[in-house]
Amino acid sequence: MLKDEDRIFKNLYNDLGWEIESALKRGDWNQTKDIISKGKDFIIKEIKDSELRGRGGAGFPTGLKLSFAPKEIGSRPHYLVINADESEPGTCKDRDIMRFEPQKLIEGCLITGYAISAHVCYIYIRGEYFREGQILQQAIDQAYEKNFLGKNACGSGWDLDIYIHYGAGAYICGEETALLESLEGNKGLPRLKPPFPALVGLYGCPTIVNNVETIAVLPTILKRGAKWFSSLGKPKNTGTKIFCISGNVNNPCNVEEEMGIPLKDLIDKHAGGVVGGWNNLQAVIPGGSSMPLLPKNICETITMDFDSLIKVKSGLGTAGVVVINKDQDIIKCMARIAKFYKHESCGQCTPCREGCGWMWRMLERMANGDSTYKEIDLLLDVTKQIEGHTICAFGEGSAWPVQGLIRHFRKEIEKRSHEEPIIKKKTNIPYLVDQHLLEEEGA
Amino acid sequence: MSVKKISKTQPELFEFTQDNLKKVRKEIDKYPKDRKASAVIALLYLVQNQNDNWIPLVAIKYVANLLNMPYIKVFEVATFYSMFNLTPVGKYFVQVCTTTPCMIRGANKLTTICKNLISKNQNELSENKLCSWMEVECLGACVNAPMMQINQDYFEDLDENKTKEIFETILNDQFPKPGSAKNRKNNAPENGKTTLLEVKNA
Repeated sequence: MLKDEDRIFKNLYNDLGWEIESALKRGDWNQTKDIISKGKDFIIKEIKDSELRGRGGAGFPTGLKLSFAPKEIGSRPHYLVINADESEPGTCKDRDIMRFEPQKLIEGCLITGYAISAHVCYIYIRGEYFREGQILQQAIDQAYEKNFLGKNACGSGWDLDIYIHYGAGAYICGEETALLESLEGNKGLPRLKPPFPALVGLYGCPTIVNNVETIAVLPTILKRGAKWFSSLGKPKNTGTKIFCISGNVNNPCNVEEEMGIPLKDLIDKHAGGVVGGWNNLQAVIPGGSSMPLLPKNICETITMDFDSLIKVKSGLGTAGVVVINKDQDIIKCMARIAKFYKHESCGQCTPCREGCGWMWRMLERMANGDSTYKEIDLLLDVTKQIEGHTICAFGEGSAWPVQGLIRHFRKEIEKRSHEEPIIKKKTNIPYLVDQHLLEEEGA
Repeated sequence: MSVKKISKTQPELFEFTQDNLKKVRKEIDKYPKDRKASAVIALLYLVQNQNDNWIPLVAIKYVANLLNMPYIKVFEVATFYSMFNLTPVGKYFVQVCTTTPCMIRGANKLTTICKNLISKNQNELSENKLCSWMEVECLGACVNAPMMQINQDYFEDLDENKTKEIFETILNDQFPKPGSAKNRKNNAPENGKTTLLEVKNA
């Protein structure tokens, strides 16, 4: 288990107070000026050496991302945008960083802003986090009072202003280009890439978009050194991570742990075990709703890091662990996730807009036992038609959980399905998802 | 995608109060001079706060004029984002999270209580015209499931009795105390922490 001194977020549960006085005692804003005086190349190299991977879900190497920004400011200003639109079901880590460790985030903004030559930083918070935004705004005001922000921020010679921008309840705005569209005052529809935001982003200017947790860990990495950070976790999956353990566990909680911790340890040691005991475990969603679920036999041995989870055809995502025990109807659970995606699809690409609705309706019917054997393969086909055929990764995010369900719980669905096509039973269903059967009958 | 209903009864006039006009200026100043449109979400929020939690069409026109935007672009934004209400809602607007992490911890019980105590259907005013409720997607407090939001505050770790208590309070036109119903400390494990046991401010 990780030692307390190696944990980055010491105030994760607000035992110490979030105000700046308290944060200063924890070491925030200590050495910030020295770090910045070492120069942009040093900062980016140190982050590259630490092998930090983005904490927002995709796991892209952060140092590499920062190095994509143009070295010198050209005719257009650079922007830093912090993605605090945390909406992935199962995830609530950024919320705690914003309300209990805001100075770490603000300090990270200054260092990153300097490293990518940005004078303006926008923090895009989801609209529901109104109270968290208020605390963050107070924390920003406190930082301005101490001259840690604004002109010559923290005595570093760099100017940085931070503004908070509220979203208004759209999951898709967590996608970086949709977030930029939303910041510009449009509907949150993702943009085609390339060009990537690092060159053409907010208002057409070079923009780096990063998750809250990624930015908030940067100051500690630079203070304690890349070696310290990369000594934690596994190679290529270094450092610590906040895990959110929710669902059917005895003590749901957020906890900061080392990358590569066994899932079983996480559930048993920190979350008080599965409700009804480990043998009552049915499945675990390891990384927020977009990641395929894992059945119990994989959960026994799996470790929580990007690469191990990819090997079992899932992913670490945002590290929002949702535990589902045998008291739950697994098909119903996935149908609810499919409904979430149907509700949140932005409607720009047809496969996703239409397909998410199909998947939801088919899963609901499967949960109710109204489906036939053939529909299982049809559903799998629908997911394949969505995956990879959309502008943004929402298509994958909506298709993967359904694929995971079919991969691991096909027998369960088959048990409830029957051989007779519904069309023969003359069941009255309001939507005709059985059109393919009509064709076969020559009708 | 969600479908938004637009209220059939619309007021004829909307204008920001002086107080809100100051806030409008502050919001617009956050963005570059020629990028006023960025403030559209913030302005629609102000409208919603000033106008009993919903946005009339005339206010959309008003915001469009303020920001030099075409009416249709503001209308698009108002209909795209789920937090903007285009029909009147209760003074106490209850949003129950029913996405999977909350669902498996019993969010359905919460919606049943909503149906019994507030109104039979979603988006309907209660008998005393004070409250309304709706099911929403993940509110990002999964560790504290099941939970709901009333206006701008989160109510977490709910059970049936506590939920009933909260609804009785709002039906009596009072605002209950937000936060965890179990008096749990934020997102720490309920039966004692497993980490950060001896942290002090050095």
